[in-house]
Amino acid sequence: MACDVGREKLDAYLDGELAPAEAAALSAHVRACNACASDALERVRMKRAVSAAARRHEPSPQFRQKIANIAGSKPGPASSSRKWFWMLATPALLVVILSLGVNFYVNRETGRRQRIYGELADLHVATLASATPVDVVSTDRHTVKPWFQGKIPFAFNLPELQGTDFTLVGGRVTYLAQSPGAQLIYQLRKHEISVFIFQDRSTDAASFASGSMNAFSFNMSSWTQDGLRYFVVGDVNRTDIEALSKLLRDAR
Amino acid sequence: MPEHPLPAATFAELSLPLFDQLYNFACWLTQDQTEAEDLVQETYVKALRGFSSFQAGTNFRAWMYRILRNSFLSSRTGLKATVAFDEEDHELAGPPASSPENVLLDRADREMLQQALEELPVHFREILLLCEVEEMSYQEIAETLSIPPGTVMSRLFRARKALRRTLEEKLQGKNHGV
Repeated sequence: MACDVGREKLDAYLDGELAPAEAAALSAHVRACNACASDALERVRMKRAVSAAARRHEPSPQFRQKIANIAGSKPGPASSSRKWFWMLATPALLVVILSLGVNFYVNRETGRRQRIYGELADLHVATLASATPVDVVSTDRHTVKPWFQGKIPFAFNLPELQGTDFTLVGGRVTYLAQSPGAQLIYQLRKHEISVFIFQDRSTDAASFASGSMNAFSFNMSSWTQDGLRYFVVGDVNRTDIEALSKLLRDAR
Repeated sequence: MPEHPLPAATFAELSLPLFDQLYNFACWLTQDQTEAEDLVQETYVKALRGFSSFQAGTNFRAWMYRILRNSFLSSRTGLKATVAFDEEDHELAGPPASSPENVLLDRADREMLQQALEELPVHFREILLLCEVEEMSYQEIAETLSIPPGTVMSRLFRARKALRRTLEEKLQGKNHGV
């Protein structure tokens, strides 16, 4: 090469990844430098050739349909003359069937959900009313987390709280629907907040919408992450519940 | 109010337009049609299951590719393909390509280029595909491969170099064969 422009940089330029000023400078250089100009041209040709050569594999229609079904989309149009009938009738039928099914499901699930939230609110209140609310008393997540080892059948991460208004008080083992889980108590100003963590069993997962809600005058938030179902319950406002939830979600 | 970022119906709307590319990518990774189908299917099942935890505003495409790639890496073929891969080992220390590159491309046809791509270590193959076929930005590639953006640039450079080297070896082999 006749000049000292790095080829790695030239690649980045051709990939459109250089900062505008750098790109402008390199562009001016390439116009003046024969070696770089021919190299750049070749690299562009190679990019195009790879792009064309690598678009090679086409899925079969059967496999496409299979994935479409998995992704939850409607099957492809029928090929017979009844196509139009089905195109019009299918949505209407679906609406009827779905609304019947959804109503049933929603009623059943709402009841179930209410029971779970009620139970969690009870656990939260009972813990706070207890003389020994936590079995491991520590503000240090590195003490609290390992304490659960061997006591519950899963592990979880706790957030670093430095720079936030939350304090970790401690934790205890708890049970929900016969499943063991972790209950952590956090403090914010004078308020106590419970964080419950359970294994997310697929049968239960459908019962909860992720998000925050108000139940039994407590604010709650719930989500699943890495196979675990989290609940945050407390009498603080929704913003604070969300702030703690976010810290937990981002915990590494 | 649930904070679910997107209604469930949109999983299909978001994911199905990526189907052809994901399938193509899976074929290049596995080099086997049946395995590629299994991989794509596994990806859609996992993504659908994890869709509630997908954060709105983050890159859906990179997320899908990451799921596919991680599934591949933990598969038997993936483990075999990546075992003991050391990028530095593939820092090609040999002499630079003896023929000017434009000559190289003039003589290599599409099939030869495909064979050369197939022979590349999977880490090089995948990054070339993401950059040239998917036209992902370095940032997006970094997200997909879970590597720093700076590494994207150097790995891409190595991958291109390795591809040119492989092509050249093929051309030389062809000449000797003639």
